[in-house]
Order: sequence, then structure tokens, then C-alpha cells
Amino acid sequence: MLKITIDNQTIEVAEGTTILQAARKIGGSVVPPAMCWYSKLDGSGGKCRTCLVKVSEGSAKDPRPLPKLVASCRTPVIDGMVVQNKTSPEVLEARKAIVEFLLINHPLDCPVCDQAGECDLQDLSYDNGKVSCRYQESRREFDVIDIGNLIKLHMNRCILCFRCVYVAEQIAGKRVHGILYRGDVSEISTYIKNSIPNDFSGNIIDVCPVGALTDKTFRFKNRVWFLKPMTAHRNCPTCSGKVIAWMFGNEIYRITGRKDEFGEVEEFICNKCRFEKKNINDWTVEGPTTIKRHSVISQNHYEEIKTPSIINPLEEKMEKQTNDE
Amino acid sequence: MGRKILLENSDIPNIKSFDVFRAHGGYFSVEKALKTMAPDEIIEEVKKSGLRGRGGAGFPTGLKWTFLDRKSNKPRYLVCNGDESEPGTFKDRYLMEKLPHLLIEGMICSSFALGVNTAYIYIRGEFKYLLGILNQAINEAYKNGFLGKNILGTNFSLDMYVHPGAGAYICGEETALLESLEGKRGNPRIKPPFPAVVGLYDCPTVVNNVETLANVGYIVNFGGDAYASIGLGKSTGTKLISACGNINNPGVYEIELGMSVEDFIYKEEFCGGIKDKLELKAVVPGGSSVPIVPKELILFTASGEKRLMTYESLAEGGFESGTMLGSGGFIVYDENACIVRNTWNFSRFYHHESCGQCSPCREGTGWMEKILWRIEHGHGNMKDIDLLVSIADKIEGNTICPLGDAAAWPVASAIRHFREDFIFHVQYPEIVKNIKHGALYKYENQD
Repeated sequence: MLKITIDNQTIEVAEGTTILQAARKIGGSVVPPAMCWYSKLDGSGGKCRTCLVKVSEGSAKDPRPLPKLVASCRTPVIDGMVVQNKTSPEVLEARKAIVEFLLINHPLDCPVCDQAGECDLQDLSYDNGKVSCRYQESRREFDVIDIGNLIKLHMNRCILCFRCVYVAEQIAGKRVHGILYRGDVSEISTYIKNSIPNDFSGNIIDVCPVGALTDKTFRFKNRVWFLKPMTAHRNCPTCSGKVIAWMFGNEIYRITGRKDEFGEVEEFICNKCRFEKKNINDWTVEGPTTIKRHSVISQNHYEEIKTPSIINPLEEKMEKQTNDE
Repeated sequence: MGRKILLENSDIPNIKSFDVFRAHGGYFSVEKALKTMAPDEIIEEVKKSGLRGRGGAGFPTGLKWTFLDRKSNKPRYLVCNGDESEPGTFKDRYLMEKLPHLLIEGMICSSFALGVNTAYIYIRGEFKYLLGILNQAINEAYKNGFLGKNILGTNFSLDMYVHPGAGAYICGEETALLESLEGKRGNPRIKPPFPAVVGLYDCPTVVNNVETLANVGYIVNFGGDAYASIGLGKSTGTKLISACGNINNPGVYEIELGMSVEDFIYKEEFCGGIKDKLELKAVVPGGSSVPIVPKELILFTASGEKRLMTYESLAEGGFESGTMLGSGGFIVYDENACIVRNTWNFSRFYHHESCGQCSPCREGTGWMEKILWRIEHGHGNMKDIDLLVSIADKIEGNTICPLGDAAAWPVASAIRHFREDFIFHVQYPEIVKNIKHGALYKYENQD
């Protein structure tokens, strides 16, 4: 086991664990944000640079600090490492800069974007961004294209995390989808704008951290915070059939994979479940999903958060008082 | 001063052909290495020689070779990095064009030392004309028994291939080069693991510059100590410098490291002084990515000593007042040169060549280029200058590969040393708009 200290919290992890995975084991505020790394996709990570951390002691043997900030998602833990995330002003400064870089070419069309409310970039810039913008040049623009008849690609919103490329390569079989061109005009695209002919292609929507890839069966139908996310399942011959059904009343608006606390899909689901089964009778609804308190999606949730979100320590006393009166 | 290692025979007619090259002592080092030396001895000699990587970083070659993973039973590869695309650097193409056998000779010795049986020469996509020259040289070497199975009757076999890239600066970065060689998109890999452990086809790989490998033949022939006796301090041997810009004699020169910069610029056998007897304004001594320095700081260091053509002397003063030897692309500017336009030009290059993988470089290079375009074309304001410094600072050190740093340094250093030029551009946009910029102006308006 290797010992690592992140923001003064020490944990022991197995060999081969990355700093980010160790931080996620500790949990809480020491977890660096990750826009491109995805634990279920081989080779992902290292690109967005939002998870940069400072290694103030390289290892127990050689306690010299590393010269540069490192991408925590791809740097393996060495025994005795001391890492600073939130406690290092250098890291916070760099993260601020990365958010600025990610936003300069982002259209900031959140009011008309389907991802708004569950967007990683929104959360990231809310936590680390600046209020003002120093960019006054024109933003890059692309046409909106269809990837098949079920998925829409808004390249303008893309932050080039490459996650969908890895999904297309590793989960949806044959490689028909990748990056064209280079630099700030690089573009996600399919082979001559074809569809991705695979049962699991819809998962590129779930892994997209921004609103670049959206579900055409759900586009402009509703805002995510008006819907109730319900855990549901069905007997699916191709996938596990474990999903979240986003409902309004008894109507299912969309189906997505179940996500863990770090926004990663637990089990990838097939296109049939995602796009075709929109009837309440297709699903066994288990109950409401637990949603983080700070999430905008928890806005219109009436029942599912069982523990009261605000604990009033004087509640009993107050009740007593009213009774006495 | 004036000993030559690489270009000694470069003027002999038809030195490109095997027979002429062999008649002038070529491939002697291969015979010596394979028949009389053990692989470790060669590595020891290279270590002793103090040879440093000639591609830009100046990392000791012998040390790099010892990092190669020998414990795994995987095949090992040697890759020669001929993807020379840095603006201002044109030494490798000269070497490969004039003396292809010198490179092959050095690669055979290096492969023997590293226990490599397959070596690749990766050349830049624009160097298509070199493809024929190198392939012909390799074929000749095969015919004469210096490549192939059981070279010179020993147990050592080596195959060599030339692979042209598709025209991307980023493929000069060693891991991007390996990706490109594997047939993928040339994106740099995230390190660690380093190529010495996981390189080409996931096997241990050494990537060296053309000039570095070409030096190995000499080291095998004459020993590491003989090589180390040339040069100064830790900068041993000779270096090819490709001089260009506003000088009388642009071209590729082989110099002994340790010569003074002043001599190099003004001596008749080298640059021959500034063109049209103008004043020197600034120098970029190591290819476009190293910091630009003004006249006072290139001839003398900040502490008043003479600046020498060595890795250490040029770097003295850090980024505040120093620069780097880099890959040896020596660009000289006279007093009429516009530093803002030049910085914009470099910035445009890095914007165009950024691979788009990591966010600071992808977005930052484009942003800097757009701001510099505005300043140069009379639409700038004073805030932009500090904004540029801030962007360069934010890109530097936060990227996957050194291209981000390479894009940030020229901008940061230009503003550090020539802030008045930028302020002038902002204050007098009308004057600036009407300046016709020599060659660049003609190039832009050629249609």
C-alpha cells in the first residue's frame, strides 16, 4: 500500500492508483475537478488540465517537489507523496486560468442549452471562474450537425475532452468517429458525418461534460430541473437496463445512465433503452434518485430527499413552546 | 577554433554516394564498434563525451540512453527525429541532404550500443525530397553489408526505415512523433511513462535528434575524451548553427561550442555582420521558441561577461535576461525589424501548429495571436500588452508538451525586452499601419 497526503489528509491506496482516484477515496473538497478523465475509458484524461495539482513532496525517498503542476488524473501515486490541491494558491490560480481558457471559445448559450443544470463546465466555472471576461475577439463557430438521427452535435460548445471519441472506440465498437483538424479549430466528427452505427453510441451523450452532444429525442422538450429523476430498470437483452428515467408527472421525458457522485455513468446503457422506451409501462420505477443538495436539479423535488436539508436544532423546543401556549 | 566534426567532408563532390563516403573514412566507426567494442563501452564513451541532445533541450545523450529499459524482453527501438520544423532552424535537413551516410553510420553505432534491431528515421512531411536521398543511402548500406542480417559477419542485425510525417510541427515532440510513426494522429502522449520505458508500439524506445546521432560515429572513432576536449565546460563538441535574418552570410555553420556570440555575428567566416551596415537590434539564438534578447543582452550577460555560444552561457540570467541555445536556429534582427510583427508571426505559427489536445495551448495560442494581430494592425490598446503577459504566463507550464511553453516564451520575452515597441504600436496606429515590412510584406501581397 502507498501512503499519500492530499490537502493534509492521509490515505493508503493500492499500487497504480492515480492522485485523482486517491482524492476521490478521501472525498469532499480535496477532489480536483475532472472534465476529461473518465474512470471507465482507457487512455482518457490529461487533456483539460483542470485537475492540475501541486506535488510538494515527490516521494518518501526523494522529497523534492515536482517542478511543474501535474495532471492528477494521470499521475500515479508514489509512496510518501504530499499533494496540495485547494491549499495551494498556485493550483487555484492555474485552475482559474484553465476555466478562462475553456470559456473563451464557449458560446455561453446556457439559456438555450439542454445541458444547463447538469453541466460540468457550469459547475466548474461557478466554483473557479471569474465574473468578468477578458476575451474580446470573435469566438470560433461551427455548424450544428447530426450524428445519425438521434444525436445532435453542437461543436461550438465542445471543450474537446475526447471522452466521446474514447466511447466510440472502446464501447461502441468500430472507430467511425474522431477528431478532425488541429488546434483551436479541431472538430469532433464522424466519417463523412455518418451516424455511429452501434447499439451503445448513445452513451457519448452521457459522457459529454458540456452540451455538445445532446439527445435529439429530448432536445428543447423540458429543462432538467423541472423533471424528476427516478431510478428505473427493465429487462433489457443488450444492456443492464438500469437507468434514470427523467419524469414529469407520469410522462418519461428522457432516459440516461445512472451516474455516481462524480458524474460518471455507472453502467452504460443501450440505445433502445435510451431512445425508444419512453413509456412508463416499459419500466419498473424503483423510486426517486438521490441528488446532491447543491445541484440545480434538486430544485423541484418534493419527496425524495428524505433527510431534511436544513436541520433546525431548536425545532423540538419550538414545538414544545407552541404546545405549551 | 574551427575544428569540424560533422561538416568536414561536406564539400567533397558526390559525398552522398556510398563509395565516396567510404573512401573518406566513412563507416569506419561501424567496423570498430561491431568488431572491437562491447555495447556498454560505446555508451560509456558517449557519456564521457558529454554529448548533449541537439534537438533543443540539451539533455545529456549518454544519460538518456541509460534510461532505456533493458530488463523487459520487449524489442527496443531507435528513432531518429528528423522532424525539424522550428522557424529558424534548418540544420538537420542540410545534414541529411549532404551527408546521409553520416547519419546512418551514427545510427548503426547507436543501435549496436542500445541493442536495437529496428531503427526508424522520421522526417518531416515537407522533406519529401529527402526521402529519395535517405532511401538511396539506406539501400547502398544494405548492399554493402552495413545494414541487414549479420552486419560485417557479426551477430548484430539492423533494419532501418525512413518514415515521412504528414507535415506537423507537433510531431517533433518525441511522443507525438511515436504516435505518428504508429500511424495515429500526432498528439503528444501524457508522460510518465517516458518513451525509454513505453515508447514505439509500447516498447522501450530512444528518440534522438539527427545531429546528435550523426555525432556518435566520431565519438566511437576517436573516443569520448577527444570529443569532450572540443567545446567549453559542459557544452562539449561542435554545434550546427543555422543562421538567418538580416545578416550578410546566412547559412549553416558548424562551430565549436564556446565561441563568443559577438564573433559569430560579426566575423567574416560566419554571419559576416549585419546587412547594409545597420545596427543589431535583437537575436533569437535557438529557433523561434526560445526567448528573444536585445543587443545588450546577447553580446554580454547581465553581469557584464561576454556571452558565449554554449548552453550555459546563453541561459545565464534565466528568462529575465538570458535565453537558450535550443536547436541552433540563429535569427538576427537589424534596427528596422518590427518586433511586434515578428512576435505576431511566431504566434501565428504556434496557433496553427497547436495540436488542440490540452486546453491552455489550444485556446491560449489562438487568443495571443488574435491580440497580437490587433496590436500590429493598429487596433490595440494598452491593456492588451499586460493581458498578453498574463496569458503567456498561464499557458507556460500547464500544458502536456513543451509546445505551450514554446508558444509562450517568445511573446513573454518580446514584451519584457521590447515593451516600448508594443506601446508605440498602440499609441501610433496610423504610423504603424503604413510601414511596409520588407520580405514579409512582399510575401503577403504576392497575389
